[in-house]
Amino acid sequence: MSTLKQLGALWAQLPSYVQSTVFTLVLTVVLILSVAYLTLWERKVIGWMQVRIGPNRVRLFGLLPGWGQPFADVIKLLIKEIVIPARANKILFRLAPLITLVPAFAAWAVVPIAPHYAIANIDAGLLYVLSLTSMGVYGVILAGWSSNSKYAFLGAMRSAAQMVAYEIAMGFALVGVLMVAGSLNLGTIVARQHGGALSWNWSWLLPLLVVYFISGVAETNRAPFDVAEGESEIVAGFHVEYSGMAFALFFLAEYANMILIAGLTAVFFFGGWLSPLDGYPAWLGGASVLALPGTHWLVFKIFVLLFLFLWFRATFPRYRYDQIMRLGWKVLIPITLVWIAVECLLSWYHVGPWKAL
Amino acid sequence: MLPLILFYVFGTILVAAALAVIVARNPVYSALCLVLCFVTSAGLWLLIEAEFLAIVLVLVYVGAVMVLFLFVVMMLDINLEELRSGFTRFAWLGWITAGVIVFEVAGVVVTRKLGLDVMRGPVPLLSSYSNTQELGALLYSKYAYPFEIAAMLLLVAIVAAIALTLRHRRGLKVQNISRQVAARASERVRLVKMDAERRE
Repeated sequence: MSTLKQLGALWAQLPSYVQSTVFTLVLTVVLILSVAYLTLWERKVIGWMQVRIGPNRVRLFGLLPGWGQPFADVIKLLIKEIVIPARANKILFRLAPLITLVPAFAAWAVVPIAPHYAIANIDAGLLYVLSLTSMGVYGVILAGWSSNSKYAFLGAMRSAAQMVAYEIAMGFALVGVLMVAGSLNLGTIVARQHGGALSWNWSWLLPLLVVYFISGVAETNRAPFDVAEGESEIVAGFHVEYSGMAFALFFLAEYANMILIAGLTAVFFFGGWLSPLDGYPAWLGGASVLALPGTHWLVFKIFVLLFLFLWFRATFPRYRYDQIMRLGWKVLIPITLVWIAVECLLSWYHVGPWKAL
Repeated sequence: MLPLILFYVFGTILVAAALAVIVARNPVYSALCLVLCFVTSAGLWLLIEAEFLAIVLVLVYVGAVMVLFLFVVMMLDINLEELRSGFTRFAWLGWITAGVIVFEVAGVVVTRKLGLDVMRGPVPLLSSYSNTQELGALLYSKYAYPFEIAAMLLLVAIVAAIALTLRHRRGLKVQNISRQVAARASERVRLVKMDAERRE
């Protein structure tokens, strides 16, 4: 026990840049492992929904059937050749997967992962998240263009147009969130939602939550919005010409983005690291261990939201392209605009979260 | 010390990227170098503690404007020979424009005098200072009218751009998505219940 305390004291003495570097490394490793196991979880969940077993052959250390599958996949992709098309633009071809991957990880810097802690607790955190997620489009466009292939280019155009369109709905939904919090700092946004599950943002911002999550699914090019990989029309979208690990990086980015969107939804609408029992009377469990805030709540919420992504994929048929555009521009954006006006009225009359104003 | 090093690193990249924008032969490279310019200037703005402006620069110009630029540039089928044919003919115009710009920039810099001791960065602010909040307070109080007018102008521009490109062609077969989405199976399929018939 005393050694633990000594270690804790030593840790507190370290300069802040060493601490945040260590946190960054830990978070990155955790994220990459989560991505690996998310792929397995996806295959398992979809398998169960279709009354199959899912991957169950590769065992990890001879135990747990299926748990070695992500590592087997990674090793398979690592030892495959990365083919670069003859007349492709070699620099951009290699750069594109990185450009998609980096923002998905970098955005985590401002996400409050523990009570009152984020790796970079910056003031305009929400804007930072928006600007980084908007950078991901470049990877897609460049991948499509540099491949020097018509199919890849068409796929890139499709998914880039879709991402740009849904970013707007996403941004508008977040305007509603910052109207409640009165701050762009993600830590403050979470802290303002205290007081149990009913006072989280989802209750007053339900339409915005729906819009945000749908745009999040569209933004990550996941089913039912996965026209980027419409196999029947454009082979496989912007990454047709990629193989081996370069191909895997695009999928790493897609899954990392899914985790990011789930994390941001948890932070913006479900109280981040806050406990759902926080502030409840003792007979409802408000005084128990369960009412304490902590990282475990954030992880739990992310897990549930990620399950939604997989559930969507297993249940919904793919949208047609013009319907996607209609949903984004003509349905989701007007909903957000109307709800922002409603919020203006609510805050004017000091209703709901604006009672204290 | 670190801010100074960062300043020179960002500055060098910015100047090199800006040069590359005009020198690059491939227009896609030019557009990408312009993106690099925006990102590095956002870095420079962060160094003078203008975090809101820096992030918005990346959000608006890198995240939205340049994506559309790239879209267009990639779709164009550009014939370099044809582009270069007018180069010597219009070179004098280019030289004059460049001269005027250099003169103007030099005018601004020289009147302020050169040197790091003169062009000092702003005094470091407290960590409680919120750039975003200050800017918001100014925009919605002192500069409320200019801000609103600028917003209206942008809106008019958007409406005009859409109105200019909008055209209805006669006889075009278009799907009415709202009707498609609103279709119900009960309206489309009539289920007829009948007893099995015996084969004679």
